[in-house]
Order: sequence, then structure tokens, then C-alpha cells
Amino acid sequence: MIRFAQVSKRYEGGFDALTNVSFSLDKQEMAFLIGRSGAGKSTLLKLITRVESISRGQLLVNERNINRMAKRQIPNLRREVGVVFQDHKLLNDRTVFDNVALPLVVAGVGHRESGRRVRAALDKVNLLNKERLYPLMLSGGEQQRVGIARAVVNRPPLLLADEPTGNLDPELSDEIMDIFHQFNQFGVTVLIATHEYRHIDRLNKRVLELERGRLVRGGTGEED
Amino acid sequence: MIEYFLRHAQVLLASLGQLARAPGSTLMTVCAIGITLALPTMLYLLVDNVEVMSRSWQGRAQASVFLKQNIPTKDAQSLQRDLLQKPEIQSSQLITADQALAEFKTQSGFGRALDLLEENPLPASIVIHFNDGHSHPSIIEALVAELQTRPEVDLAQWDMAWVQRLHVILKLVQRAVFVLAALLGLAVVIIISNTIRLAILNRRDEIEIMKLIGATDRFIRRPFLYGGVIQGLLGALCAMAIVSVCLQLLDGPVVELVSLYHGDFATSGITGRTLSLLVVTGCGLGWLAARAAVGRYLRQIQPK
Repeated sequence: MIRFAQVSKRYEGGFDALTNVSFSLDKQEMAFLIGRSGAGKSTLLKLITRVESISRGQLLVNERNINRMAKRQIPNLRREVGVVFQDHKLLNDRTVFDNVALPLVVAGVGHRESGRRVRAALDKVNLLNKERLYPLMLSGGEQQRVGIARAVVNRPPLLLADEPTGNLDPELSDEIMDIFHQFNQFGVTVLIATHEYRHIDRLNKRVLELERGRLVRGGTGEED
Repeated sequence: MIEYFLRHAQVLLASLGQLARAPGSTLMTVCAIGITLALPTMLYLLVDNVEVMSRSWQGRAQASVFLKQNIPTKDAQSLQRDLLQKPEIQSSQLITADQALAEFKTQSGFGRALDLLEENPLPASIVIHFNDGHSHPSIIEALVAELQTRPEVDLAQWDMAWVQRLHVILKLVQRAVFVLAALLGLAVVIIISNTIRLAILNRRDEIEIMKLIGATDRFIRRPFLYGGVIQGLLGALCAMAIVSVCLQLLDGPVVELVSLYHGDFATSGITGRTLSLLVVTGCGLGWLAARAAVGRYLRQIQPK
């Protein structure tokens, strides 16, 4: 599903965020991406959705070569990858329903079909009764669940999450991780960046560890 | 296909909603556009009206030939017949000295006082009406010059030379209006693109999120383009309202003024053609402005 081959990312100004990262994530696999703040976790996720472009190496996502992709192809790529953000990135002037429906509106899914899918997604995160509320009326955990519903509403084969439990207490944090685990069991490939090592022991999944831009654990050993 | 139109209708409604959510600033923008568009429209109508008026005078292109005193009526009649042979001349009318005096008596109001004159001081004259096809000023001028050389003729003059001059001036004014309209059109583009720019910056987060979840540029652009077109349209309607109010205010004095001259002239207000031109211009400028703003600022907004 994802294949990094000696990928490096250098930001303008010369900061090396990632150096020679190589690993692959198979279809329906679930993995945790760990490391301290600044180790390059967010950058790695941003490369996958082409929010940032790679400086060197090769990156395949769903058998597509990301760095050779034309600009107008980027929206299609992003529709195939659901992303959950630490700060939710919800639209506060729209209802929960409208927020979750956004990826479908953007993709031009018909009205009836999109209503059905939004309710299905909200049902999976247990927020069906809050579809008419606005994001700011919800708790942090609920907002994050809205973000998850939005990420999965058009059934992407790949789900990325960047510190999805960052601001939550342990109990809510477990709840969120369990939701991701469930999606993985339904066949979605999941990659979660986190610094909460607790989940790793609890869910017993593959671990990729970054340290100052280098993959020190879980890679495919293509490093030179 | 239906789905496509439905989606456009949704975007249209959403754009209207966005404008309605900030009624104050929308109203101000629309008024600014209205005033900017009203100015050239009014000048255009003014020029148009004066042109129609001058054309109606030109349609009656005529020259007067005053004969020398004491030319016998018989000779005058033969001259008139001669003139009718010319292809340029459609008709001619002989006014004998007696007729001229009678007309002068009734129109001048001197009435009986003129009876005191021992002899008629007025000359006989021939009024010439030109064929429409031959009413070009150079033809008329040549003919008038030729008539002047005839021995019977005291004075031949073309009555409407000043109309011709007016016509030339009008052409000049028309061009000035055109230039002014172009400049004000540019002002409208700047006004609208500025409001669109603010709208884009206000919705920066939203645009970022849309891009993150796979919205195409076209999709993101659409509501802003609609917003520009709607503002242009509302501005055009506002301009129309301003112009009609101004015309209403001017109509009375204009009718009075015109009746002091020959009278048979009605001001033409906003016709369907003017209105549609105004609306098309407004929408077009709005679209152009939105397009410019969107092209510039949407590219700058990229998710981080």
C-alpha cells in the first residue's frame, strides 16, 4: 500500500527532516509511527498525501508514484487517503453532518448516497445522535471522532492519523485507538503517528520508529 | 447531467448565503459598483439621446435659397422646376414674397403694424428638401455653393450646418465616454476582486481543509466565481436603479427644454438593450474580477 524507498526530505533552508527512509506497509496492515517531537513523523505523513514533496528517493502509494504525479492528480490521491489530524481541522461554522459529508461533496457524490454514507460513518464512531450539532458544542474526544468519521466516509483504502490522541485523557485516547483498530479489522490499511507508547503494548501492532529523521526500527533495511 | 446542474445550483445558493451573511459589506460593495456603473451608463444615454435628436433634424436636411428682390414669380417658379430635376433634391417649396410676409405677420405678432409698410421688404425663397441618399454634408455643401452662383439667388444657405458640427462633437464625446467606461470598468474589477480576495482570506482555513480532503482547484474556485458574478449582477441592477431615478428627475426639465425647440422629441430611457448590456457587463466584470483574485490567492493557500 505504501512503499518508501530511500526517501529523504530536506526543507527549504537546509533542514533535513527525513534521511534515507525505507519501509513498506502492506495492504490491511496497521502500524504505529513513533518518535519524539521533531523526529519527522508529521513530515512522513505529509509526504504520503503530497502536502510536502520528497527531495530524494521514491514513494509509492497505492501503486502510484507520488513524486511523478501531476498536480491535477493530487486531489484524486487525497481522496484515496483518509487523514485524521491532531487539531481535527473541522469547519466550525458547519454541522457535524456537513463536516463529515465534505469529502463526498468534494468528490461529487449524489445527495442521497452521501446522506447514507455520512450516517454510516457517524454510526461507526458513535455520534449518530449529534449530527445536527456544531463542532464547538462537542468535547475534544467527540470532535476527534467527527474527524475520524470524515476521514473514512468515502471508504479510503488507507487511513493516516497524526497524533490523533494528542489532547485526550487516557480513557478517551484508548477509545479513539480502538476505533482505528476496528477499521483495520474491516480491511483498511492504518498508519498512526503517536508518542503514546501505551497503545503499542496494548494493541500489539508493528512499530516504525523515527529518530532525527532516520528510521531506527521497523524499516526494510534498505539504508545504505 | 441533472446532478451537475443540481451541484451548480447548490454552489449558487451557498454563494448567495455567504453574501447574505455579511449584508453590510455586501451592500456597500454593491452600491460602489452601482455608482461606478451608473456614471458611464448615464453618459451613454445622454449621448444616445442627443444623437437621436440630431439625427431627427438631419433627416429633415434642408437648405434655403433666398432670391433677389423683384425677381418675378414666374422666374422663381422656373428655378424651382430646375431644382427638382436634380437627383439630390427630393422636393422644394416656393415661398413667394407675399406668402413670406403673410407668414411673418401671423408669427411675429406685429400684425397690422406691418400693413404700414409701403412695400414688402421680404424676398421670395425656395426651401429645398434633400433626398435621404444624398444628404451627406459634402453633397449638400457643393449644391448650396452652386446655387449661390446663380444670378437670381441672393443667398443660399444650408440651415443645418451646425447639426453636422454637433454630430462630430458627439462622436468625440462618444469616444470619451467609451474610454471613461473602460476605466470605470477597471475600477469595478478592482472593487470586486478586492472583496473576493477578502472572502478568500477569510476562508483560508476552510480552503486548506478542502484541499486536504481532495477538492480540485475548480471546485474551490466555483463559489468565488459565483460570488463575483452575483456581485456584478447586483451592482448592475443597482446602477440601473440609480440611472432610472436620475432620469426621472431630469425628465421634466428635458421635456420643457425640448419643447422650447421644435418639440417632437421624447427622451429614451433605459431600454431592454441598455439593461441587458448593463447586466452582461456587470456579470462579466464580476467573473473577470473573481477569476483574477482566485487565480492569484488560491494558489498561495496550500495545506501545511
